[in-house]
Amino acid sequence: MIQLDQLTKHFGAVRALDNLSLEVKEGVVYGLIGPNGAGKTTAMNILATLLLPDTGTARVGGRDVVQEPRVVRQLIGYMQDFFGVYDGLRASEYLDFFAAAYRIPVARRSQLIQDLLELVNLPDKGEVYVDTLSRGMKQRLALARCLVHDPPVLILDEPASGLDPRARAELKEIIRQLKHLNKTVLISSHILPELAEMCDEVAILDHGRLVTCGPVEEITRVSQGSRYLKVEVIERAQELVAFLNSQPAVSGVRVEGLSVKFFHLGDPVQQAQLLQNLVTAGWPVLEFGEVRRNLEEAFMAVTGEEGGVEDGA
Amino acid sequence: MELNPVLRKELYQRFRQSKTAWLLALYLLVLGGFVLAFIYLNWRYNQGYYQPGRSWEIFVILSVAQLVLLAFVVPGLTAGAISGERERQTLNVLLTTPLTHRGIVWSKLLASTAFMVIIILATLPLYGIVFMFGGIAPGQVLGMFGFFLLTMFLFAALGIACSSFFKRTGVSTVTSYGLVLALTGGTGFLIAFLNEVGKVNRPESMMNPGFLAWVVEILQEINPIFILMEILGEGGINTGVSLGLPYWGSYALFCIGVGVLLLIWSSHLLLPQRNSNRFNLK
Repeated sequence: MIQLDQLTKHFGAVRALDNLSLEVKEGVVYGLIGPNGAGKTTAMNILATLLLPDTGTARVGGRDVVQEPRVVRQLIGYMQDFFGVYDGLRASEYLDFFAAAYRIPVARRSQLIQDLLELVNLPDKGEVYVDTLSRGMKQRLALARCLVHDPPVLILDEPASGLDPRARAELKEIIRQLKHLNKTVLISSHILPELAEMCDEVAILDHGRLVTCGPVEEITRVSQGSRYLKVEVIERAQELVAFLNSQPAVSGVRVEGLSVKFFHLGDPVQQAQLLQNLVTAGWPVLEFGEVRRNLEEAFMAVTGEEGGVEDGA
Repeated sequence: MELNPVLRKELYQRFRQSKTAWLLALYLLVLGGFVLAFIYLNWRYNQGYYQPGRSWEIFVILSVAQLVLLAFVVPGLTAGAISGERERQTLNVLLTTPLTHRGIVWSKLLASTAFMVIIILATLPLYGIVFMFGGIAPGQVLGMFGFFLLTMFLFAALGIACSSFFKRTGVSTVTSYGLVLALTGGTGFLIAFLNEVGKVNRPESMMNPGFLAWVVEILQEINPIFILMEILGEGGINTGVSLGLPYWGSYALFCIGVGVLLLIWSSHLLLPQRNSNRFNLK
């Protein structure tokens, strides 16, 4: 449903996208993850026909976004990370405005607006002025606006940004409903655990390049062939860091209490050798093994980040 | 046929505010009060008589006041039309709908000037008072309204163009006012200056024919103040040259031509895929 092929985009001297290629199949909720400047928003803006790529092609529903922008606009619902409001417009009028923009017949609009407000859990807010709604409600209204012309593809740039936990949970539920409606959803977020819960597949971007992509489970299990290991010791966990850093195929060492977690790029034989080295060196090892990674740890593994993931693209 | 959605939305937003009605009422109150006070004072001065010839003075004052109003209000109404959407982060969303960039620009223009058109039309009864006492030809009143509409279109197109070009409404507003001032006061000053330069060694009122005379002629046919003076029968500077069109023809041509060009440029600036850096999308 969405295809990016060798997409490159520069802003002056900055390369925002660097030969980015990825494919999103129909009915899939697809997450884009990446730190600031990773190129998530640029890729989304190209798909939304707001930007021209320097080279490469982008297609939605088989239609080229550069050659056929008008057709593509009918195929997508686009929501940017910041939801701007129109003062002095009611929620129903706001949706009616976009319905008119998409040339939905007047006779159909009233029922359509009511259905959409119900879908996003705002059934009684039709007569409320948009600027008086909470941020969470505005985001849901923006989602309803994206759906006004029933597009098969939704492009949602950081939809959970700035929402409180309750609003995030509601948004997540709506995205689940959209998946049941067989919508293809491209979504970016910095809240990785939530993205893992919402998405079928994810792509990790860094400096405009695709680092890795695939089903969430696969990404979290194997990231560039490394294993995520944990050594638990009875004491001297901090001192163990230096020892581990001196060992071959070890990177990204982090201490959590008496546990030390790290990435190991070696094969099982080398892994066994590492354990043997630890015991021989006299470290009081209580536990040694592979830990199941969450998406954030996978993200850090593949992008080489030591800190957390930042907001924005 | 349904009204353009952007225009409908803008009209909703502007005309449902009570301040729109209050502004209109206040404007009419001030102008109406002025006209009635002028008539009253004239009546008192002439011991119970009103000289119909004085209607002309009211007509002049009313018309100048309306032009000043246009120069102050129209740039303010239009300079934030596009940049305001950009600042509210609603422009990108609009540009991903099937609405055309041309449609968006024209709707913004119409919606922004609708309020001014209503204000000017609402002053018709005031002109009616002037008209009742005689001394003014119907053609002059119609000509004046045509002049207001043309001037409003030009000022509005200037505001929309600034609003499309600049990202910030503040910068757009200041530039719009600057351009309107340049068009009225700036060209006015230039006309007066060049006229004096052109009359060197020629004491009579006519300028020396030549390049300067052509410049002054062109400038005074695009300057709203000089056109207003022409409509009021005050006449302009005798340059001894002619553009071959009546003054209203060349002014109409200028306003419509420049206005349309500015609007085409504005809609070109809105082409979403060409202005990635200026839009500062992220």
